[in-house]
Amino acid sequence: MIRLSNITAAFLLVAFAPLASAETIAYTGATVHTMGPDGKIENATIVIRDGRFEAVGSGLTPPADARVIDVDGRIITPGLFSAMGRLGLTEVSAVPATVDYYQSGTRFSASFDIADAYNHRSSLVAVNRTGGVTRALTAPAPSDSAAHMPKQVFSGLAAIVQLGERPEFIANRAIAMVVNLGGTGSAEASGSRAAALLAMRAGLDDSIDYRRNKDAVERGQRREYSLSIEDLEALQPVIAGQTPLLVAVHRESDIETIVRIADDYGLRLIIYGGAEAWMVAELLATKNVAVILDPKLNLPTSFDALNARLESPAILAEAGVEISFAGDRRSETHAARNIAQSAGNAVANGLPWIEALEAITISPARMYGVDDQYGSIEPGKEADLIVWSGDPLELTSNPDDVMIRGEQVSLVNRQTLLLERYMQTDSDKPPAFRK
Amino acid sequence: MKRSTALSVVALLVLAACENNADDVEKPFASRYEPLASNTTLLKGATILTGTGERLDNSDVLLRDGKIAALGGDIDAGDATVIDASAMWITPGVIDVHSHLGVYATPHVPAHSDGNEMSMPVTAEVWAEHAVWPQDPGFVTAMAGGITTLQILPGSGNLIGGRSVTLKNVPGRNVMEMKFPGAPYGLKMACGENPKRFYGGKGQSPMTRMGNVAGYRTAWIEAADYRDKMAAAEKGKGEAPMRDLRLETLAGVLDGEILVHNHCYRADEMSIMLDIAKEFGYRISSFHHAIEAYKVADLLAANDTCASMWADWWGFKMEAFDTIRENAALVDRAGACAIIHSDDAYETQRLNQEVAKVMGAAARVDIDIAPERAIRWITSNPAKALGILEHTGTLEVGKMADVVVWNGSPFSVYTKVDRVFIDGALTYDRNDPSVNPVTDFSLGMKVSAGGAE
Repeated sequence: MIRLSNITAAFLLVAFAPLASAETIAYTGATVHTMGPDGKIENATIVIRDGRFEAVGSGLTPPADARVIDVDGRIITPGLFSAMGRLGLTEVSAVPATVDYYQSGTRFSASFDIADAYNHRSSLVAVNRTGGVTRALTAPAPSDSAAHMPKQVFSGLAAIVQLGERPEFIANRAIAMVVNLGGTGSAEASGSRAAALLAMRAGLDDSIDYRRNKDAVERGQRREYSLSIEDLEALQPVIAGQTPLLVAVHRESDIETIVRIADDYGLRLIIYGGAEAWMVAELLATKNVAVILDPKLNLPTSFDALNARLESPAILAEAGVEISFAGDRRSETHAARNIAQSAGNAVANGLPWIEALEAITISPARMYGVDDQYGSIEPGKEADLIVWSGDPLELTSNPDDVMIRGEQVSLVNRQTLLLERYMQTDSDKPPAFRK
Repeated sequence: MKRSTALSVVALLVLAACENNADDVEKPFASRYEPLASNTTLLKGATILTGTGERLDNSDVLLRDGKIAALGGDIDAGDATVIDASAMWITPGVIDVHSHLGVYATPHVPAHSDGNEMSMPVTAEVWAEHAVWPQDPGFVTAMAGGITTLQILPGSGNLIGGRSVTLKNVPGRNVMEMKFPGAPYGLKMACGENPKRFYGGKGQSPMTRMGNVAGYRTAWIEAADYRDKMAAAEKGKGEAPMRDLRLETLAGVLDGEILVHNHCYRADEMSIMLDIAKEFGYRISSFHHAIEAYKVADLLAANDTCASMWADWWGFKMEAFDTIRENAALVDRAGACAIIHSDDAYETQRLNQEVAKVMGAAARVDIDIAPERAIRWITSNPAKALGILEHTGTLEVGKMADVVVWNGSPFSVYTKVDRVFIDGALTYDRNDPSVNPVTDFSLGMKVSAGGAE
């Protein structure tokens, strides 16, 4: 069955500007999970032109100018999307000079824009790309609790990066405003979560006041604000309900409170952490609040997470909450690729398989409002895809082919090079001389 | 005989008995573990990975009196409770060779931080067991992941961090009620960044890796001297030195009674540690967090030293920068003893998944590791490293009936633990919450330990 008429395809070509890649590629014989309205397509052909999907359908004849890659029935999915982390903002966590995801000053908080620190040549990018991650939210973290630094409620602006080999590497700048509340967040503020919430409200109120009185502010005829002008500017899209607040919080009562505040101010809200989010699943569904969580979280790691459980993803999804996955602090950065394992564990604990795949592809794109650009295999969208050696969520499967924005990317990284070197056990040369 | 006399005689006999057992007076902190009550159980028709490297299809396991009583096809049930395990896989109980459950218990509050006595770089006198909190909910979630035995270690802040303890994963009121009967003690040592960062940061030794090595060697010199003086005194030559807890433990290593578990990431440092072990005449049972074991796999094999590894942790510090997912596969291929460990209350719940990651990565470069081989990395190999292989770690007749029943291949992400038997007793049943333990801390919560109830 042909799922897309040539007329539509032609229209889409006009509508979207071409990306860097010039090559036209057609994958044939694929089992495609489009994660779009077409769902799963057997024996599919996927045509990629100018970096975007041009057509996808069962049994389509590839265009004459396309390089054809037959995948022999293997599964193709959109590229994986890591919904939360610090990719490209660190190389070695314990080497401070490589760590850019938090700052120690008080000059900036909400305006701390992490995108400018992103390093696309970080070894982490290549390793995680090899594992199938094509897009990642990279976010500022709360200031380092180990250091004696001034504490702030607004951590700053997150960006979405694409893990391809060609610019532009920042796919979407200032896509979410990160806030840290709950037990750790209150420690960031003044010791009480009530104080942290007051600080947040003050920042939001000041942003509104600033919007209404910019001229007076410039004339110096307005009261002092709790945040700098740069921070108040950064909060404008937040109070306008455009840029979501990404709030790190676990406890049921804290989630209820932040949902109420978001309602009061008309904010878009994403919960990150959410160990007890399952206890207010109906509320979150009603208020259209998305949750990014670790499906492996099942211990009372803190008093905020006493009721963490493995069934959280299944319960939230069943209630209609949009979910995505992030791991613990390790997985967020170096092992972002383990979101596939996270998805598999969610399935083991009751989440339907296709919804788990959604959670690591199209769901985060929807959360951040970029699903019109990428996140599924649909004509017109940027062509990120993975050809899998097996079930994408299985631990023994590997990406055989990774395409980002229409370009097949290298699957070589520091780890594959080390492996290659030390597999040569019959070499009579020391490792440094093995090439 | 008058009644009173009879009583006196009995009293004398009891006294005599006590005197006769003077040598057997229970050592402080000795194991008081008692297996839970068990029924004779026949698990029928399963795919069995024995832990010895064998796979038995459509086979049975009989658990009787806490031991593996029979293994194979068509075992006579007798009076046993029969469990149809035809869709199941059965393996030995999973053993985590590197755990901090109880000493870094959840919730992770400062009051629960009991693993690192970082008051000086050599604290061989401290024992992890004196800090194990049996109410750590992590023991229960670990059981739901198939863990039946685990080694609790001190942290890695010190060059020599203290004694470890091996436990049966059966929560008791105190650590003695959990201690694995007959398991030797371990000694935690640490290479590399952690000790030198902490003490160097305070302007003390060790400040460098040079200082680390000087610290180990100095300690061993003292320990050898103490051991020699003690031995001489026993033979009537000279006076025994005053008992010294620190040197007593180190001398226990030199005497081969205490096994060395050495946190060591880099290949060059592992090589140096092997030389130090030779210099002072002890053996390193296992390196832990051996990120670069694949670079010296041949040395590990030659020295009969295991490498305990993660599948893919990396990059959190310099010495963890050279991780490859195939690490355990290359160690195994070189004929050395490969172990997958956790060091983490979450990873310990799914060591099987970490093994599967290595299998998947290795397959990509045409190293195929069969399930019956891979299972050894979390069963018999850690048992060997802990010195308890004669008791557990494989499914062999006569061994402790520490058994995990999985609802599919343990190397699928979708598979869950169905039942756990420890010494033949059912301690966890996914489908019968009434069986499962709940630690005190978890009482009164909406879910206890991850909904594992």
